[in-house]
Amino acid sequence: MATSPDGVVVGIEHLYKQYETAAGPVPVLKDVNLEIRRGEFVAIMGPSGSGKSTFMNILGCLDTPTRGRYVLDGHDTSALGSDDLARLRNRFIGFVFQGFNLLPRASLLENVALPLIYAGTPRRERSERARELLERVGLSRHVEHHPSQISGGQQQRVAIARALANRPSLLLADEPTGNLDTATSHEIMGLFTRLNAEAGITVVLVTHEHDVARFAQREVTFVDGIVTHDGPVRAVDEIAR
Amino acid sequence: MIGAILREAWKSMGANKLRTFLTMLGMVIGVGAVILMLAIGQGAQYVVKQAIASMGSNLFIVLSSFSTTSGVRSGTGQAPTLTINDARALLELNTVAEVAPMQPGSRQIVYGAANWNTQVYGVTPGYFTVREWAVVDGDPISETDVRNATRVAILGQTVLDRLFGDEPAVGKTIRLENIPFTVAGVLDRKGQSFDGRDQDDTVLIPLTTAQRKVFGSQFPNSVRMIMVQAVSESAMAQAEEDINRLLRERRRTPEGQEPDFTVRNLSAVADVQAQTTKVMSLLLGAVACVSLVVGGIGIMNIMLVSVTERTREIGIRMAIGARRRDILAQFLLEAIIVSVLGCVIGVALGVGGALLASRLTSIYTEVTAWSVLLSFAVATLIGVFFGFYPARKAAWLKPIEALRYQ
Ligand SMILES: Nc1ncnc2c1ncn2[C@@H]1O[C@H](COP(=O)(O)OP(=O)(O)O)[C@@H](O)[C@H]1O
Ligand SMILES: [Mg+2]
Repeated sequence: MATSPDGVVVGIEHLYKQYETAAGPVPVLKDVNLEIRRGEFVAIMGPSGSGKSTFMNILGCLDTPTRGRYVLDGHDTSALGSDDLARLRNRFIGFVFQGFNLLPRASLLENVALPLIYAGTPRRERSERARELLERVGLSRHVEHHPSQISGGQQQRVAIARALANRPSLLLADEPTGNLDTATSHEIMGLFTRLNAEAGITVVLVTHEHDVARFAQREVTFVDGIVTHDGPVRAVDEIAR
Repeated sequence: MIGAILREAWKSMGANKLRTFLTMLGMVIGVGAVILMLAIGQGAQYVVKQAIASMGSNLFIVLSSFSTTSGVRSGTGQAPTLTINDARALLELNTVAEVAPMQPGSRQIVYGAANWNTQVYGVTPGYFTVREWAVVDGDPISETDVRNATRVAILGQTVLDRLFGDEPAVGKTIRLENIPFTVAGVLDRKGQSFDGRDQDDTVLIPLTTAQRKVFGSQFPNSVRMIMVQAVSESAMAQAEEDINRLLRERRRTPEGQEPDFTVRNLSAVADVQAQTTKVMSLLLGAVACVSLVVGGIGIMNIMLVSVTERTREIGIRMAIGARRRDILAQFLLEAIIVSVLGCVIGVALGVGGALLASRLTSIYTEVTAWSVLLSFAVATLIGVFFGFYPARKAAWLKPIEALRYQ
């Protein structure tokens, strides 16, 4: 697996994204430049509609930019076809959604093992690895359960375990605590922090709650599709100034 | 990888059992119909083939018709106009191998308390040759029997069953028109004729005995019909010409006048019958194939609904690394599994239906291996063909759009 020698996991230059709608093109991201290094924990912040999700989808290779360059762990994504993008999503990215997005008819074990199927991992190894991951997120006793049988916080843990299946270079999470209560949110954030601190996993996480953002080391703020702040995480009173 | 995708496909089918069942039903009915229809067609063809084979080969039948005078049917026309001498003359022809003059009639046969109405034929030894009909027990009718007008009878299998059951028949005495006859032999089983009669429901007696003692004709030498066997298949046309010419000469029928006999080529009649049956079975098969195609369209329909319903699932799979071909394979496999499973059940039902039809009705059916193989091939093809479009539709979704789908 090729990794960039300089430790840059995400390299973004002059990135633009506009949606083509019936009412004409809607520009959402305007000239975004960003570099994220291995091991960083970045919180993406900003008001609703500022383009955070759009940006995350591009980071996750689920969507493509209108213009600009996105280099993921040494791979220039702009030249890639759908199969190569699928491979990048499978090997380099773990995506955690606000709505969990587990397959309702599959067991937790099967859900976690799914990325391994598409990576061509042998069956025995798949289930071993999936068990190991579920244990890591504290769900080793629920492997045969189905998503509907566990709580939202537990479902999000399963989603995180699934995101980690292929040891990705980048763990992305778009408002992972948006559907959870405060206590559970803190648990989930604690998990992200642990993964970042102990396993050195690069985490990029969208949130609009400051008490969630303070788990991160770096804050990137979007306003109307423009990066207005890129630096240390600020306290609420700092932003007003 | 294929194993995993197969399990996935199997599971998602299991998750919606009613829908899977309904989809399958189209295939089940289609394949069942194909198997059953082909079995019926094949059975009909087999019956005709058997009947033709049992008839004898290269045969003509000469029938006496009414004698006519200058185109007007005269009252005396009721008289049979063919004679034993006509038969003898026909045998002299180079193109004719054997002749069998016959005198038929329906009569009551009595043995002890049992009695049975059957078709009695007065025949000569030539009959056994022409019909290629063996006597399995006892002896056939001999020249001596014909010369002396002996009272011997040869029984067909049906008559044997009706009168004797399991009892041995040869040597016993039966009564025909109150005349005692000794059973001299029993005919081999022939089965149905191609016009559907039971050929085994018959009793053969010497021609002379029939003429003089049983039917009591006022024209002692006359016969109703003469079967003529040509020397070979290629000699059939020549033989037909020879028979016509000879019989006209013997009657001095003027050129252009309709003769008082008709010559019918039995092989040609049989060929027409065989052809008709073949066309019928092809038609049956074609109709059944239409229902298979309808079943296939059913699969496509449900698959399209399924793709729409599972858009989000497709999005999730793509987000974690499924390529287009993985999604394509998943949906295509589902379609193929549904159609092949439907096919298996359809084959079982079709075979069962065919057996039941044979058992409960007089329809003879024959399930052939190739019709089963054909069904499997067609079912797989239909699965691929009608599954491809929905599968492709699923595979070509954009990940982000599939994920956003509510
Ligand atoms: N598929 C789309 N088509 C058109 N406009 C879109 C689409 N997705 C998002 N937008 C618009 O782009 C802007 C940014 O959306 P989004 O990235 O979801 O913001 P955020 O996640 O920060 O709330 C919004 O104004 C939204 O209406
Ligand atoms: Mg958003």
